[in-house]
Amino acid sequence: MKSVLPILTVVAAIMAIWYAGAFAMNAKWARDQAERAGAELTLPELFAQTMNQDRAILPAPHQVVAELWDSTVNKRVTSKRSLVFHGWITLHSTLWGFALGAVVGMSLAIAIVYFRVMDMSVMPWAIISQTIPIVAIAPMIIVVMSLIGVEERLVPKAIISAYLCYFPILVGMVKGLRSPDSAQLDLMKTYSASGFQSFWKLRLPSSMPYLFTSMKIGIAAALVGTIVGELPTGALRGLGARILVGDQFGPPIRIWSALIAASILAGALVAIVGLIQRITLKRMGMAQ
Amino acid sequence: MRWLIYGFAFWAIAFWINLLIARTPLREKRWARVFVPALFGFTLLVVWESMVRGLNVSPIILPAPTAIAERFMAARDILWQDFVQTAVKGALSGYVIGAIAAFSTAILVDRSDFLQKGLLPIGNFVAALPIVGIAPILVKWYGFGWESKSAVVVVMVFFPILINTVQGLRETSAMQRDLMHTYAAGYWTTLIKLRLPAAMPFVFNGLKIGTTLALIGAIVAEYFGSPIYGMGFRIQSEAGRLSMDMVWAEIAVAALAGSAFYGTVTLMEKIVTFWHPSQRGQG
Repeated sequence: MKSVLPILTVVAAIMAIWYAGAFAMNAKWARDQAERAGAELTLPELFAQTMNQDRAILPAPHQVVAELWDSTVNKRVTSKRSLVFHGWITLHSTLWGFALGAVVGMSLAIAIVYFRVMDMSVMPWAIISQTIPIVAIAPMIIVVMSLIGVEERLVPKAIISAYLCYFPILVGMVKGLRSPDSAQLDLMKTYSASGFQSFWKLRLPSSMPYLFTSMKIGIAAALVGTIVGELPTGALRGLGARILVGDQFGPPIRIWSALIAASILAGALVAIVGLIQRITLKRMGMAQ
Repeated sequence: MRWLIYGFAFWAIAFWINLLIARTPLREKRWARVFVPALFGFTLLVVWESMVRGLNVSPIILPAPTAIAERFMAARDILWQDFVQTAVKGALSGYVIGAIAAFSTAILVDRSDFLQKGLLPIGNFVAALPIVGIAPILVKWYGFGWESKSAVVVVMVFFPILINTVQGLRETSAMQRDLMHTYAAGYWTTLIKLRLPAAMPFVFNGLKIGTTLALIGAIVAEYFGSPIYGMGFRIQSEAGRLSMDMVWAEIAVAALAGSAFYGTVTLMEKIVTFWHPSQRGQG
């Protein structure tokens, strides 16, 4: 509980900076308007005008919250103007991408731990693959997918998020599978355990704390991947598309509300993985 | 058919060689650590080439590596111009500004335990957010030039570097700090001689995460508006015109830039943190 006060202080400071920024950036427009109307603005009037502009350069936090409320609670969830609808689309392909990335990451990790030739040849490329900016590939994946005849938008987005999230899972899993020390492995040998048994009963369980920690990073990365997949490609549905459309046609406040919605989604996903981690580790007797 | 057989044969031989190296004491040799992954990568290229030729894959879907290389050589001027615009002006400048800002903030915050406790969880949370989404906003604010790309990169690299530095500055043990105290070292001496060096492995961890983010930020920001050059712009417009060999050439540039960037930071890490266990004993 001790840490709540510092966190709240920092949040309050961020809010204060945001309000100050909104005032500074929107003041010019308000002054111009007043000048055209031939009116003088006192400071409180100016402040009030910067807080409620429809096309504010930087919308104030309460405007974003109002827009967020309006586009989640006041719209039907099936409506194209509902953020719940767009959030669902994004969540859907994030989860597919995460599942794909987790399967690829875990199987590569097992192969790397058990086959030295895989360790030597694949591991360096896995590292290099992460230095390649995936967004460079995103437009191409989407064009090629539609050429091959995969009309579903889900597939390219899921591939991009899988690409971003497999690596942390791979690294965490390799670390975890290698975490049993030689005494433990020797003990398994004295029990004359087979290779599969020592994997199933020793290596896999001891990799769990590492795996969950890296899955928390992985699911956040998967969400980033999905949004990146929606951004440059003229997608019409999803939070990324909402940002894109808000940029091109709508008021800027839509970008902000979509961004906040994406942040809430990211926080929720990480929290859920954290919860599963706590329950699993507790049942396995590994709770810290 | 012929090409498929060639490709398969090459793969089989390469696999056999790598297996041989990995199974014998040769694997401890330094050249083997480079040769095995290099052969693996080259094999992938050969298999790709022979698949494209053997199955007559349309160049619109997947061009052959040789076609990409040809295009790369032919379009060097354009690629160089794009590289300078996106990687140097956009990503690198933003990376440097963001890293300096994050580092200074970390040192300022470091003096107050209260601020650290508040900033660490929030920084950790923000670092997990899809920050790329602010790209359209910043492009609106700062225009289509490289300045807006740089701004996106600053925001993207700030938080990972900040939280890693703050965490690193807490790394010293009470015993080490007491020792500095007995030497009558003040706050700044302790910071420079003990705590900053101890924090360096963490700082570099953040810097390494930042390299990839920087290029991603600079490229994504170009999708929202850029002059008629730049890597992101080129990829998007050429993908729209279906000239995939050019897209792949640009991806190759992005891959090279990303790896070189990461490699440079890793090299600096090796020089600065030569004392750290993870860097020792690697010849």
